[in-house]
Amino acid sequence: MSFSFFWRKILLTFAHVLQDPSKIMSQKHIFHFIFALFIAFSAAAQDHGQATESHGTDTTMHAQAHTADQPMHAEEGAGHEAEGHGHAEYDPAGTAIHHISDANVYSILDFVRIPLPMILYAPETGWDVFLSNKFHPGHHEDGHMAYKKYVMHHGSVFRIADPAYTAEEAEVEGFTHKVEEKEGKPVDVYFATIGGTEYRLHPRTTLDGGVLGGGITPFFDYSITKNVLSMILVALLLGFFFIKAAKAYKANPDKSPKGVQNVLETMFLYIRDEVAIPFIGKEKYMKYLPLLMSIFFFVLGLNLFGQVPFLGSVNVTGNLSVTMIIALVVFVIVNINGNKHYWQHIFWMPGVPVPVKILLAGVEFMSLFIKPLTLMLRLAGNISAGHIAILSFIGLIFIFGKSGESMSGGAIGTAMAIPLTLFMMAIELIVAFVQAFVFTILTASYIGAAIEDAHHGDDHAHAHH
Amino acid sequence: MFVLLSFTPFQPTPGLAIWSLLIFVLFWVIMGKFAFKPIAKALEQRESDIQNALDAAKSAKEEMANLKAQNEKIMAEAREEKARILQEAKDIKNQTINEAKEKAREEASKIVAAARNDIENQKKAAIAEIKTQVGGMAIEIAEKLVRQQLKGQADHEAYVKKLVDEFNLN
Repeated sequence: MSFSFFWRKILLTFAHVLQDPSKIMSQKHIFHFIFALFIAFSAAAQDHGQATESHGTDTTMHAQAHTADQPMHAEEGAGHEAEGHGHAEYDPAGTAIHHISDANVYSILDFVRIPLPMILYAPETGWDVFLSNKFHPGHHEDGHMAYKKYVMHHGSVFRIADPAYTAEEAEVEGFTHKVEEKEGKPVDVYFATIGGTEYRLHPRTTLDGGVLGGGITPFFDYSITKNVLSMILVALLLGFFFIKAAKAYKANPDKSPKGVQNVLETMFLYIRDEVAIPFIGKEKYMKYLPLLMSIFFFVLGLNLFGQVPFLGSVNVTGNLSVTMIIALVVFVIVNINGNKHYWQHIFWMPGVPVPVKILLAGVEFMSLFIKPLTLMLRLAGNISAGHIAILSFIGLIFIFGKSGESMSGGAIGTAMAIPLTLFMMAIELIVAFVQAFVFTILTASYIGAAIEDAHHGDDHAHAHH
Repeated sequence: MFVLLSFTPFQPTPGLAIWSLLIFVLFWVIMGKFAFKPIAKALEQRESDIQNALDAAKSAKEEMANLKAQNEKIMAEAREEKARILQEAKDIKNQTINEAKEKAREEASKIVAAARNDIENQKKAAIAEIKTQVGGMAIEIAEKLVRQQLKGQADHEAYVKKLVDEFNLN
């Protein structure tokens, strides 16, 4: 209640300012705005608490399920404690992971939920294509409805495992989470309660082969997710600006750049003169320039897009699937362009004794794969870490507010969270540029090493003859 | 309440991977063809244009300097020529004056000589006339003398003879 009331007040203040921008100068308005924002955040803590209260039932079930058939886990202890308090404990780690994960619905501020196309394939039932509003996603991006054996939990799609379940549409009463032991490792297992029965859910297929808790499951999710939509938006936005700039260059070839063209040119020239030319060389850089520019601007665009507040704060470049693909493209481009000299240095290093040659071949062969692997992990890790840090600072509001029990605690948490979040956002802004630059410069150096001429190798050979 | 053991953003999913590949490769190909390559070419073109303009300005400057030097050389030559012409004119003037003076002197000496000649001739004529008149006067004197004092023949004759001798005519 109070939550939406204060948000409305913030939006009204915004509307006033938009109608008459001169009003932004009025101190009274600024004070109103900040105060309303402050209260809204504190109230959000309370609201969040109330919402998690309903999840309290999940936790109870969770704990009971464990005591029934499983040995105790550390997580269970937390579950029991939560039960004792009556209020569900706020889980900062879980919340952060939830917010940086990809989703099948695009949520803005818990008000707007843009449905996204679902493209699902299960070998058992074939293809299913529909919009994600069939799930009626609500708070926490949990779907209130099941559709064709699929349900939505935490924004992600799951499939009901039970072959006996055949309903086209059904109301979902709640979700349960258990931790099971599988081959000596704890694994998350989710259940949906439909019509009083608990149905085991299959998560979507992941490509980690069980290393990160996923694996091949009975269905595949090829949907246009929040991340895919963000990539399309950013690609279109960049395309719009760059093609506009390209036209400006064509129209006035010898005119000094203006506006967007100027901003892009500054970065474009920096990448060309500090990355492409020094690493690849003046003769060959033109062939690889589009790739380097694509990597830099695509990554930078997505990094920055993910940092815009109240725009879904997507975490595309923090997602391993995305960085994996860019790293894979780099790996392919580097190795199909590698010349004789490059391969010779990997498999039969000239100028060293044979045992060292064999040793180096092993190391170099490993580095062939480690290089793109580090590219992939560095970007995803940095961006995800930044998002987690910001979410953790915002989480202070809920921790201090004791999940809604304490309004004044929430206020103190807000007062702490705002400067810390601002500081973190400033750091993240730098990280957005630095990581895009690092990815590009490393790509350029790998390409440069792969296409380098043989004269360097000749020196080696001569030195040892 | 949920505890995630699986770190979902780090679980690569085939759907997101395929879409990422599609979007990234399309972005790379389309932007490469329609934005990055044209922009890179335009920038290179602009850089070479700027370099050319700078070079042109430099050569124009050099040309200007050359032209200036040439102009100065021409000016110096002209100045020299002027001085030479002036000198020549002066020489001609002096020569003319000298020649004129010489001529005048010559003319003057000729005139003087002629005058002298004339004077001489006149003098001679005058002397001749004087001689004639003196002769006449002498004869007259003699006649008168003769008429007055013709007393002794012999004396007269001797006297006349003496007189005649005394007239040493040239």
